[in-house]
Amino acid sequence: MISVQKEDFDVGQEIISLSSDSSSIGAVATFVGLVRDVNESEPISDLYLDHYPGMTVKSLEDIVCKARDRWPLQAVRVVHRVGLLSVGDQIVFVGVASKHRQTAFDACAYIMDYLKTEAPFWKKETTPDGSKWVDARESDKTALDRWQ
Amino acid sequence: MVKILFFARVREQLNTDELQVSLNGISNVAELVSFLIAENGSLWADVLQAPQGVLVAVNQEMCSMDMSIDEGDEVAFFPPVTGG
Repeated sequence: MISVQKEDFDVGQEIISLSSDSSSIGAVATFVGLVRDVNESEPISDLYLDHYPGMTVKSLEDIVCKARDRWPLQAVRVVHRVGLLSVGDQIVFVGVASKHRQTAFDACAYIMDYLKTEAPFWKKETTPDGSKWVDARESDKTALDRWQ
Repeated sequence: MVKILFFARVREQLNTDELQVSLNGISNVAELVSFLIAENGSLWADVLQAPQGVLVAVNQEMCSMDMSIDEGDEVAFFPPVTGG
């Protein structure tokens, strides 16, 4: 289940709905991304998340599909917010339910790593010097090496 | 006609979010880029051939510059993604 939305999400509720999918679920691993107050030493007051509306859900579905091909997963949930966010706000939720913990941990990390490099979202930060687009990080690309 | 979309920094630098272009013999993304640069000038060359890379998607799927394009396709140009 994938959602791209302006609204906030409730992590507790997301975990309950993930784990209630099947009684064979023994593990739920989650990741929550938040808006940090500082990036590259500059203070940030807010963050705008732009996206390619026609492509975001499709791209996240492809990533989840690849994860499901690789591991036996009982349930997967991805929520990504767009629009204007403030420091401390939740940006993204990835939750994976499986029989055993290692599968859940690995699939959750895999989905985040691919989301970071393939899903068409862009961050624009507001700093005291004005607003600027965030540059992609090389470390996000190299993070994929462990899945090759 | 193909619909061309621009996002994030690329959209701001080109001051353009959407264009319609007649294919007139253009058969792939690289040829479309050459056409756009010839039509619009050096700013477009700087942005669409930026060293940090511009990504391209045809019909909402990322692809390389040699991807073929047909009538009715949607082509999008955008910077490396920074979500999550």
